[in-house]
Amino acid sequence: MTSYTERTLNAGQRTGGYVVSGEEMQAVARPAASAAPIAFLDVSKRYPGRAQAAVADLSFEVPSGEICVLIGPSGCGKTTALKMVNRLIPMTDGDITIDGKSVNAIEAAQLRRGIGYVFQQIGLFPHMTVEDNIGTVPKLLGWSKGRIRERARELLELVGLGSEDNLRRYPGEFSGGQQQRIGVARAMAVDPPLMLMDEPFGAIDPITRDRLQDDFLRLHREVRKTIIFVTHDIDEAIKMGDRIAIMRDGHLVQLDTPDNLLAAPADEFVADFVGADRGLKRLRVWTLNDIELDPWSGTKEPAAPAGTTLRDALSLMLTEGASRVTVTGQDGAAIGCVSLEKIAAMLGPEPRGPEARAPEQQAPAP
Amino acid sequence: MSVLLPSGGSPSPSPSPVIPGFGGGGSQTCVAKNGQFCGSWFVDNFGSRFAPRLVEHIELTAIAIGVGMVIAMAAALYAHRHGWFETPFSLFAAFFYTVPALAFFELMVQVTGINRFTAEIALVSYTLLILFRNTLAGLRAVPPDALEAAQAMGLTRSQTLLRVELPLALPPIMAGLRIATVTTISLATVAAYIGAGGLGEPIFDGIQTGFKTEFIAAGALAIVLALAADALLVVAQRLLTPWAHRRRA
Repeated sequence: MTSYTERTLNAGQRTGGYVVSGEEMQAVARPAASAAPIAFLDVSKRYPGRAQAAVADLSFEVPSGEICVLIGPSGCGKTTALKMVNRLIPMTDGDITIDGKSVNAIEAAQLRRGIGYVFQQIGLFPHMTVEDNIGTVPKLLGWSKGRIRERARELLELVGLGSEDNLRRYPGEFSGGQQQRIGVARAMAVDPPLMLMDEPFGAIDPITRDRLQDDFLRLHREVRKTIIFVTHDIDEAIKMGDRIAIMRDGHLVQLDTPDNLLAAPADEFVADFVGADRGLKRLRVWTLNDIELDPWSGTKEPAAPAGTTLRDALSLMLTEGASRVTVTGQDGAAIGCVSLEKIAAMLGPEPRGPEARAPEQQAPAP
Repeated sequence: MSVLLPSGGSPSPSPSPVIPGFGGGGSQTCVAKNGQFCGSWFVDNFGSRFAPRLVEHIELTAIAIGVGMVIAMAAALYAHRHGWFETPFSLFAAFFYTVPALAFFELMVQVTGINRFTAEIALVSYTLLILFRNTLAGLRAVPPDALEAAQAMGLTRSQTLLRVELPLALPPIMAGLRIATVTTISLATVAAYIGAGGLGEPIFDGIQTGFKTEFIAAGALAIVLALAADALLVVAQRLLTPWAHRRRA
């Protein structure tokens, strides 16, 4: 199954804000994108004079190339956990390893140069051109001017701001959404195997945020990085995460795929956190592509392309007063249909197994 | 107390004596009448009487600003890292800033003698408050998100200072530099009182002899110099901080 790929591809097409054609993506794709697994090993952070640990015995692994979302209410320790990876916050106990090597084994500045970092405030340097911003870490690593320019051009293309003019512009000349694209490009400058994203789209208006999320997922499909992504928005977590780690009071409460998390919350806190409409949220995890379609009966029904989410398909049925939706393929021809019962059946209490979004299933379609 | 009114001793090679006689040339009538401003006398005597003083004035100012900037920058950087240092240094600088200039010069003469060095000590002291305050304000106004980004990207402390903090603090630093420069150019005229040269010399001379053209011309030159220096710094600031003037349309 290629659900994940298809889903994001369709998402990208749907938004249509800036469109990168297949050819363009070929041209800018990295030859061999690197990614490294990361592991938290009983990591704790205690502040002196505070009884409760900010992060307590946190242990989990993020396989290479996966997006792991850390989520939880304010003060749950998610940002602290993130910042301990590049040692912006020193850990009290335990260890974090990247590709098996402890983050404490390398000098802090050196470590940070090899980890992409994107945060809500973006933090572009207002006095540097976009090219110099993107070139900050490459310059520290001694890249030549020509190589930096080439890389900056390539990355701007990748984040959808490809234009020669943009290289020489200053951050203040761009909108918030564009600045965050540049922020992502800067974080990827030296092709780091790991990226840390701290509420990267948190300060951006909802419509732009949605587009940035879609584009980032498309980008991630192109350039697989291991990503730790902090958010407090459960919808964003479901959309972005291969796995979601829910935290509370410094502890990891549940780590699971979005689907399992919605289908089987570990406890009341998680159930509360994901929301009473978790059934409907779960429908957004799938598109019509991901389920077995009934054969098309040839009747006239409302139609939806195969990339539509089940939630949107359900919505279409309800608004059209229909109990079936015809599913159309790429050329617009009917390839099957889906019924209200079928969708309802998808929402049984038990998780539907790992097949839908397990990482090994995510290889791009040939 | 030694009376140091200048005039004399000026090593001016000019042959034409000023009062009595008021020099010569075609401007004789105007000079003889001691008119408000004798343009042709000024033109005739610019090279011999004013140009050397103008150069001295520029030197006095440049040295004072240069040394003042170095001291103020060092102090501001220290105060930026160690907050406690701000108040004592501000008090120190404010003390010098408020001492009346003539009294200060006279006082310093007793310590360091009648020379340019004494004048520079006084002039530097006057620049410190403005330069220190503005530099420190500039460093503190650097957006915290830029600093977080710098740290998270693996810039060391000195790299952060040189590549992020100082460039971003440049607009307030340049603003301070402009005020300090204009102030120093004006103040440096008083330095002639202790024999340090500069445009103050023809001013004192003109006042003493009552020859209006001389002190009016020297005063005007000081004003022109101040305006030119300010304009130059504005241009420099524009060139150094192109990002500050470019905004999204």
